[in-house]
Amino acid sequence: MNHYYQPEIETASREDILKLQNEKIVKQVRHVYDNVPYYRNLMDQKGVTPEDIKGIDDIKKLPFLTKDDLRDSYPRGLLGTDMRKCVRIHSTSGTTGKRVVAYYTQKDVDLWEECCARAIVAAGGDESDICQVCYGYGLFTGGFGVHGGSHKVGCLTLPMSSGNTDRQVQFMMDMEATILCCTPSYAAYIGETLAEKGYTPEDNKLKAGIFGAEPWTEEMRQSIEKSLGIKAYDIYGLTELSGPGVAYECCEQTGMHINEDHFYAEVINPETGEVLPEGEKGELVFTSLDKEAFPLLRYRTRDICILSRKKCSCGRTHVKMTKPLGRSDDMMVIRGVNVFPSQIETVLLGAGYEPNYQIVVDRVNNTDTFDIYLEFSKDQFSDKISVMQKREQDLRTSMKSMLGISPKIHLVAPKTITRSEGKAVRIIDKRKLHG
Amino acid sequence: MAITQLSAFLENTPGTLYQAVDAITEAGVNIRALSVADTKDFGILRIIVSDIEKTKEALDKHTVISETPVVVVKMNDQAGSLKRILDILKEVEVNIEYVYAFTGGTQGSAYVVLRVDDVEEAESILERKGVKTLTDDDMKDFLY
Repeated sequence: MNHYYQPEIETASREDILKLQNEKIVKQVRHVYDNVPYYRNLMDQKGVTPEDIKGIDDIKKLPFLTKDDLRDSYPRGLLGTDMRKCVRIHSTSGTTGKRVVAYYTQKDVDLWEECCARAIVAAGGDESDICQVCYGYGLFTGGFGVHGGSHKVGCLTLPMSSGNTDRQVQFMMDMEATILCCTPSYAAYIGETLAEKGYTPEDNKLKAGIFGAEPWTEEMRQSIEKSLGIKAYDIYGLTELSGPGVAYECCEQTGMHINEDHFYAEVINPETGEVLPEGEKGELVFTSLDKEAFPLLRYRTRDICILSRKKCSCGRTHVKMTKPLGRSDDMMVIRGVNVFPSQIETVLLGAGYEPNYQIVVDRVNNTDTFDIYLEFSKDQFSDKISVMQKREQDLRTSMKSMLGISPKIHLVAPKTITRSEGKAVRIIDKRKLHG
Repeated sequence: MAITQLSAFLENTPGTLYQAVDAITEAGVNIRALSVADTKDFGILRIIVSDIEKTKEALDKHTVISETPVVVVKMNDQAGSLKRILDILKEVEVNIEYVYAFTGGTQGSAYVVLRVDDVEEAESILERKGVKTLTDDDMKDFLY
């Protein structure tokens, strides 16, 4: 049985969605051109006028926006409306440079929360559910976005925010939470904590988890599903576009439906900017279709993924995106080879290790060093040095075949790698510290 | 019959062996025999103790531990004793992973700890050849 939050739009025909997008894009481009001088300049430079955009196909004519544009125009450059109409600000963490600040009108917040509500219903949520939100509440979009969605669905909402894992577990058990929302790494930690306290996966009342805000692999999904006894669903979003809920997974768990009535997705060749046909791998580009305060046209996400319009068994008609195969921000170039952390995670979890690891990259004597610190579990410990060294050697071999280069593997005792309550810090690139 | 050896994972950094030994001391346990195997990154502490349960409890807070059955042989503290033991094991092709030794107990005796791939086979052949192997109970009231 399938449930939808807004069935008429979630299952709308392709024609109806196109018609809606055609109407919306014309208005959105006009809105941006009239109100955002920064983007008007980009359009003028490219010789494109709002009149050139007659439908969604004309979107190709528009210039791209990048994260650098957003940083350059910090703090108010891309604001598309009178400040008096804005009711909220959210911001990225700014770990990769200057912060990006996004503005919201009340209508922007409402549409965003509706997107999150669709995600919760797609994960099986309804008004009988108890939704525990342990994304951080604050400038980070995770907490407030899912919180708002949970309210819209009518779930009893536990606004836990992140951290204080003992309290999270106590509320989860006492309040009998049925849906858990947090980063996948924190979900794994909560699972670990429950097991430590002597709970089996059957002891909790959780049925689903909605996990996002960081990249995670299929192997990680299976590990979380097993440790919590739930179905784990992916949710995707960017602060720049609103927050979580730009795309979300349904019961099929084979990719995330993009809320196409609000966000138009393209996949491009990151080198040439050429738009790629459905099914090809490239950089995901988003255009907001009805945002007021912070409209973005052709925003390059740096996320690499594939779009698919294959019919989905859940009945939703919106295009699906694969899990980002890697965010180019996360990609490391080590000894000249491109390495995505998700590839490393796939190998580690595939070999039966827990998702507790840290990648350290440094440069010594002009050569990149590449080390992975990995916790082993109690039953993986042996009193024989030969067995432990074989574990390291086997991992090195699998890494070599996956990545093309082999890291040094350091097995460390359980619980020595710091657990994350929000986005996990998996990579320490010391090369950046040296400038 | 065998003896229970406890093994603990130690990172190869200053102070980790101290922490482990400190925890065992606090628990009031005596270490009968000890060996540390090391690599560049980590070491494995292997010990035979007077009280296994207390030691497990004490070390559990610090690191991972495992229990392994090992063969402990009592022999005369004189030249040629170890050779005789090894000769017996060689005959039945029992493979030895690692070995360490300690003295104490009965005057004039030495003890060798053998981590073998087949404990049962090793103990049974040693017994047939008249070599005494020790049990966990022997370790509790080991005389010095």
